[in-house]
Amino acid sequence: MNDKNRVSEAIEPERYEAFAPPSYHFEFARRDFLKAIGGGIGVFLLVRTPAAFSQESGRQGFEMEPLPQNVGAWLHVAPSGAVTVFTGKVEIGQNIRTSLAQQVAEELRIHLDSISMVMGDTLRTPFDMGTFGSRTTPTMGPQLRRAAAVARDMLIELAAKRWQADKKRLVAENGKVRDPATGRALSYGELATGQALAETIIAEDPLTPPSKWTIAGKPVPKVGAAEFVTGRHRYPYDFRRPGMMYGKVLRPASFGATLDSLDASRAKAMAGVVVVHDGNFVGVAAPTPEAAEKALAAIEARWNTTPQISSNELFAYLKDHALPGDPDHEGPLGPARHSAGSLESGMAAARKKFAQTYTVAYIAHCPLEPRAAVAEWRNGKLAVWTGTQRPFSVRDELAGAFHLSKESVDVKMPDMGSAYGGKHTGECAVEAARLARGAGKPVKLNWTREEEFTWAYFRPAGVIDVSAGLGPDGRLVAWEMHNYNSGPSALMTPYDIPNQLVQFQETKYPLRQGSYRALAATANHFARETAMGELAHMAGTDQLEFRLQHLSDNRLKAVFQAAAMKFGWPRRKAGLGQGFGIAGGIEKGGRVATCAEVLVDPHNGNVHIRHLVVAFECGAIVNPDGLNNQVSGAQVMGLGGALFEAIHFADGKILNPRFSQYRLPRFSDLPQIDVVLVNRTDRPSAGAGETPMVGLAPAVGNAIFDATGIRLRAMPLAPTGVKKL
Amino acid sequence: MPIELNVNGKNYSVDTSPDTSLLTVLRDHLELTGSKYGCGEAECGACTVIVDGDFRRSCVTAVAEVRGKPVTTIEGLERDGKLHPVQQAFLDAEAFQCAYCTPGFIMTTVALLRSNPHPTDEQIAQFLEGNICRCGTYPRILEAVRRAARAMASGGAR
Repeated sequence: MNDKNRVSEAIEPERYEAFAPPSYHFEFARRDFLKAIGGGIGVFLLVRTPAAFSQESGRQGFEMEPLPQNVGAWLHVAPSGAVTVFTGKVEIGQNIRTSLAQQVAEELRIHLDSISMVMGDTLRTPFDMGTFGSRTTPTMGPQLRRAAAVARDMLIELAAKRWQADKKRLVAENGKVRDPATGRALSYGELATGQALAETIIAEDPLTPPSKWTIAGKPVPKVGAAEFVTGRHRYPYDFRRPGMMYGKVLRPASFGATLDSLDASRAKAMAGVVVVHDGNFVGVAAPTPEAAEKALAAIEARWNTTPQISSNELFAYLKDHALPGDPDHEGPLGPARHSAGSLESGMAAARKKFAQTYTVAYIAHCPLEPRAAVAEWRNGKLAVWTGTQRPFSVRDELAGAFHLSKESVDVKMPDMGSAYGGKHTGECAVEAARLARGAGKPVKLNWTREEEFTWAYFRPAGVIDVSAGLGPDGRLVAWEMHNYNSGPSALMTPYDIPNQLVQFQETKYPLRQGSYRALAATANHFARETAMGELAHMAGTDQLEFRLQHLSDNRLKAVFQAAAMKFGWPRRKAGLGQGFGIAGGIEKGGRVATCAEVLVDPHNGNVHIRHLVVAFECGAIVNPDGLNNQVSGAQVMGLGGALFEAIHFADGKILNPRFSQYRLPRFSDLPQIDVVLVNRTDRPSAGAGETPMVGLAPAVGNAIFDATGIRLRAMPLAPTGVKKL
Repeated sequence: MPIELNVNGKNYSVDTSPDTSLLTVLRDHLELTGSKYGCGEAECGACTVIVDGDFRRSCVTAVAEVRGKPVTTIEGLERDGKLHPVQQAFLDAEAFQCAYCTPGFIMTTVALLRSNPHPTDEQIAQFLEGNICRCGTYPRILEAVRRAARAMASGGAR
């Protein structure tokens, strides 16, 4: 078991990212700091355990400096009674502005409306690694609850002193401290007036157990939702600064191209246009977007190109370019590997043997809002408003690009039009800042859809080999799985198999790749749960029964059973082309099981997912409505990658960089989706943005097999329908 | 020559070329940023506005085409500080996550309910096929449109 934990820690983290080591120096003594902002009560959270971060984010570059003043977040009760929470986490549609405020409201015993959240602003909020990996709910949530609980106790203490009363009998409720014995009450604002009280906490202060939650745990609407239905909310794409110009960047002819020659004289001659040429970077700034486009079009450039890998040779390329496992040659994470028992003797004991290869294509995140940034220089300092999941990392990127101290850069993150793991990086911010420096004015740079498709990064493609052996009793005796390139998340099988070897193998790869919602957990579940489907078929055992036979994780069993019950598993086929499938697994502390019903059109092979049941358990539920929205949305997003999304590329160019060429899930793809939430108030809350999607593709693939007898082993499963083999 | 526009009941004179997209004019000349850019090729519906009573994808509409015609954007739906029933329905159904697509869905829905006040679920899905919600909140959007239709039928119509 220890061995298992150790390995899963090593193979969990986010990868494919180049990080600068973060550091945060809190400049003021906290009491002075509070005085400077007008007094009140502050609770500062110290992050003491770098281990928690390295687990989250990989080995490389994540060693936190052991700063004694390392604040993770803080909370302020102003003399006005206003409560402000400062966190480096960001809101990208996953609804944490609401769910975090709910948890603070819960502990502080105040109404949700009294809380404002300052998020993802590198000058105003404490350092945060970034918003990814489903870490907000399990880490930032409890931390803020602790801070709120301490603030509540401080307020009670202040009231006790004021009244010379025993603090034990005082209660905090509705933004006031009340003495039930005398009926006296003081509002938090009255108590905070004239104070400059700072408290520093580490952890382990008592929290209200989820079973007693009254605000957290309830479905509350998105904070500030009216701003969104009226169009008033300013996304990064909408953000403006006085006197700003509009930027455009000249893109290379293909990946890996370098600038050979440039003639920008016509663009330079245009009224109000500034051309910036700096190495391979060429861009323009102009008074209007139309003028910027015109100026860009007037630039003539020649590029030196180099041969590039194309998508039709992708999978062979990945397998042929595995990086050596030699420790001297290992990549950022090295080969992630887990073994148990003896694969050799397991295979020798097998009555039936199985070996198959699964592939996963490159896909694009396609957040509806592409990258956008407004950059402004003032007295050698740089401010950038941009959409990113990692404002502090973008700050470091900017500081590095322009040789500035981190303190000279401020990155602000207006709540953005989502990301799904696709906005960890600051390309657009750096480009906007370079243009702004050249123009001597603030510059706004909004990427087009085509730029977002081409110059951001993709979910890694992968090849996954699975081999396995069934013993005489029809149970698995051996399991081997090798993942080339797509990533190590959820590589470990949750099934009890005595002899196994699983390994993630880094390879060279042709396209820029990075995080994507659920990371490689989607690919690894696709391969594993499809193989489990094939093995159950081979063993002649029911799909659900076969899985349960190999499971000792009761939480995973429980979601499988919950999904099966809601779905009515096993179901009898009622018509031609109908099929049922099931799949599930464990990832990021959550448990998911998915049942799918598909209809395959017997004439054209088109697949329609008709019905999905998803049972999900992530510990204690913080906001059931928000969670339901996440789980359901993950199915809709996931069905694109499962059925038809794929990036095609050749000669260093993306061949389908538009929505007219890259199909996304639309209304007509929508299945009936039933979400079954298993609430475990006895368990800590785990994140929920990612894991619910990992069972979808294999459940659908298994259902297609049930419908047609055709086994599909490539994601996307049926971009042009199921064809007879 | 400046182009005369009527947007949300107000007259504007915009100095740009006639082939500039209506979306660019709305967002960058008039600073009405509620209409969103998503694709630039009428594939996602985030830029949807209403021109002369019918919905238009403003990203592929040349500004000259709407000269003198009444244009309504998401900013022009409220009346006397009160949300349009479709806005209210999206709010009540919490039919969004990041909500970047929401203005486009709301404008398309306004057009739908104007031409078909009692759509079936199938008709709703068909009408909204040109709008993308990448967060995948379609089931809630469907519910929001149903609610809006009910609300407008019972007196909230405009």
